[in-house]
Amino acid sequence: MNSKNLIKIENIILQRGGATVLDIPEFQVPHGRILALIGPNGAGKSTLLLMLAGLLKPWQGKMYFQGEHIESRADLAMLRRNAAVVFQEPLLLNSSVYENVALGLKFRRLKNGEIRKSVQSALDYFGISQLAKRSAKTLSGGEAKRVSLARAFAIKPQIILLDEAFNSLDPPSRETIIDDLKEILEETKITAVLASHDREETLRLAQDVSVMNAGKIVQSGTTVEIFNQPDSEFVANFVGTESILEGIVNSTTDGHMVIAVNGKSIEAVGDYSVGQKVYCCLRPENVTVSNYTRGKISARNIYEAKVSKIIRQGFFYKLTLDCGFPLVAYITIPSCEDLGIAKGGAVIASFKATAVHVIRREK
Amino acid sequence: MKMFRNSKIIITLMIASLLFAFGTANVFAGKAAPKQKNIILATTTSTQDTGLLDVLIPLFEKETGYFVKTIAVGSGQAMAMGQKGEADVLLVHSPDAENKFIADGFGVNRQLVMHNDFVIVGPAVDPAKIKGTKSSAEALKLIANANVLFVSRGDNSGTHAKEKTLWKKADVTPVGQKWYQETGSGMGQTLNVAAEKKGYTLTDRGTYLSLKKNLGLDILVEGDSALLNIYHVIEVNVNKWPKVNVAGAKAFADFMVSKNTQKIIITFGVDKYGSPLFFPDAGKNVEDLGK
Amino acid sequence: MELIVQGIIKAFELIISFDPEVLGITWLSLKISGTATLISLFIGVSIGTAVALTNFYGKRLVISLINTGMGLPPVVVGLFVTILIWRNGPLGFLEILYTPSAMIIAQAIIATPIVMGISLAAIQNLPPNLRLQILSLGASRLQMVWVLIKEARLPLLAAVMAGFGGVISEVGASIMVGGNIKGYSRVLTTATVMETGKGNFDIAIALGIILLLLAFLVNLILTQIQQRQHPR
Repeated sequence: MNSKNLIKIENIILQRGGATVLDIPEFQVPHGRILALIGPNGAGKSTLLLMLAGLLKPWQGKMYFQGEHIESRADLAMLRRNAAVVFQEPLLLNSSVYENVALGLKFRRLKNGEIRKSVQSALDYFGISQLAKRSAKTLSGGEAKRVSLARAFAIKPQIILLDEAFNSLDPPSRETIIDDLKEILEETKITAVLASHDREETLRLAQDVSVMNAGKIVQSGTTVEIFNQPDSEFVANFVGTESILEGIVNSTTDGHMVIAVNGKSIEAVGDYSVGQKVYCCLRPENVTVSNYTRGKISARNIYEAKVSKIIRQGFFYKLTLDCGFPLVAYITIPSCEDLGIAKGGAVIASFKATAVHVIRREK
Repeated sequence: MKMFRNSKIIITLMIASLLFAFGTANVFAGKAAPKQKNIILATTTSTQDTGLLDVLIPLFEKETGYFVKTIAVGSGQAMAMGQKGEADVLLVHSPDAENKFIADGFGVNRQLVMHNDFVIVGPAVDPAKIKGTKSSAEALKLIANANVLFVSRGDNSGTHAKEKTLWKKADVTPVGQKWYQETGSGMGQTLNVAAEKKGYTLTDRGTYLSLKKNLGLDILVEGDSALLNIYHVIEVNVNKWPKVNVAGAKAFADFMVSKNTQKIIITFGVDKYGSPLFFPDAGKNVEDLGK
Repeated sequence: MELIVQGIIKAFELIISFDPEVLGITWLSLKISGTATLISLFIGVSIGTAVALTNFYGKRLVISLINTGMGLPPVVVGLFVTILIWRNGPLGFLEILYTPSAMIIAQAIIATPIVMGISLAAIQNLPPNLRLQILSLGASRLQMVWVLIKEARLPLLAAVMAGFGGVISEVGASIMVGGNIKGYSRVLTTATVMETGKGNFDIAIALGIILLLLAFLVNLILTQIQQRQHPR
């Protein structure tokens, strides 16, 4: 058993009501990393998540936790004790915030002093110590979500599982909570698996991604790999067409940033600090190709590029360009012919700073 | 763990109170126990409603150590209980039915205990003009002819049985007539209905006296020997029903006809109503009753 | 109207004077109905919760039966219990006909389906993922059930109050299996019927008022527990 994997499953088949809900020959959750399960509704993400949490009854196939084979009900119970789940609804009890966060600890019959310490640190992590005495029913959506996260962390699990946990939050709360969670996961190095169908959430949180469809895992890899190199039309349609580029903010002035990507610079709008690791996301529709070498246009980002691939896609051509970093552009058929674009040819690729969507990668 | 601790206290309290209540629910003022302690006495509502049994039963219990379960229903139901062996001794006042009961072998040792009398009561204005009539059957005929309301108990009680014999004597069939209403309830209730609707009814003197104050009905016919209300005590036949408390039934019957008890019966109600409610007759012949 | 006023006055007199017979009847009513309610609480909540949380073939049918049981006519229950426990019945050897124990049993039979049915609905009404959430925090099955019951405290206490209300006020079964024996199995309801039959309306009304007061006091306490909100 590979000790770098926290959980490993082999040949799992799960049937429910006559239909096959999960069919996974092989799947691992590596230690200390954040993995996202993405896919359309009904793909089996939640089911797989519940199985990893030890909440689903015996199935066909094998599952290993920390190298141990999970077989009996006692094994499942042990897995449950080492995992914590956060659902989409906060599912808080009708008592104080303190009581809620302490719930898992109380089940373990710990001493009051120990409980108090763990609860306090969990509350501090999520910045909600001032809410300790409040009734859980009076909290806002964001506050409640923080409480359920604190509750999961308080029991110091080996793995934390989040099932579309941020779906029901308003965007500002969502952003801060995801940031905070990412920071805490990096600091505590707790393994995390999250099920999501939100691409931005996935980009911001996950280091690894597995794409699911109809109970099967169709592609696994790092986040950048999945987003930039989908290996099937299904995955491509699901992850979207943006190019995702990893970069670091070099300088920032008044809402205008210069980001270093692979030795080149990309200009974008936004307000991150220098040194911040980011993703630059760019839609292929926003990339213009020309054979201008001189003259001024308003686009800030202009690069010499070589055409590495041309693929006809329906009513346009999809160009893969190499500017020092990979770039994808959609060009109409007439334009392609007019410009005489061919594989291996040299072009100028440009896009506006305002077309670059920048997402924070790590703190 | 405050959450669990509080709940544990509550649960312990609940279990404790459950045990306490269940345990004490069956405790009666403990006496020295004869072997089969419980006697089921099936009797009529009139003996209960007048309060006579409330005086006699505690005396009996103290004397003998038995515990008497007095089930006060109509004479009809009391005898039905005896027929099923669900009672040990009966104290009833429905002579014809009693005779059948004995003849069918369900009861033994039928002993005369006491009597009082029935009276016909009605509104003071007496629309059927029955006041002073010597014969009760005659009075009933007058009521039928005058089409005035008559309220019956209609519940197979001793009173109801007496009423039916009188109607037969008067050669009248009241059932189904518009002026004849059956309440299906006890004497007190029936008297109240009669008072409310200003009708006539047949009642035992005892119940009437105890309610007289608030009723507004007057005694209109009394003294007819046909109006005698005779109480017997009957022991249920253990040969038909082995589970019957034979010793207990006999003890109770003996008690009811004993000299002491008979003395208590004649004094019962005198201070309250000016005359006794029941007249003791143990040992006499039925034909000799009445004046 | 005057009768009601008389009744109120009579009730006052009886209470103030601590009339021992009335006190005895009241205490017995409370003991019998309270015990029956406690029994129905244990059986009703546990089975109701179990049915709510498990899936099994025929679950709908069982729930229908429970819901039907909520409307069991008390007098019919009394009749069946009587036939079971009278001398010649299958349980006659217990000799419990015409005892307070028989009344407790009959009332428990009446109250249990009520508590069961409402508990069932209360647990079913909890968020469906709550069960999984609690389990995932490391709870044993028993701990999970306990937390769910506490979460459903509001409707569960309503169930208990419904059960208690149903039996403190019932008279048909109590008369049949208890026998209304003075000082032994006579309770407020059976005494009220008897006094009405005797024609003593003022006493009957007084007893009725005392019964209402008793029920009110008990429900006051239960409501306090039910509505207790966690401090803000």
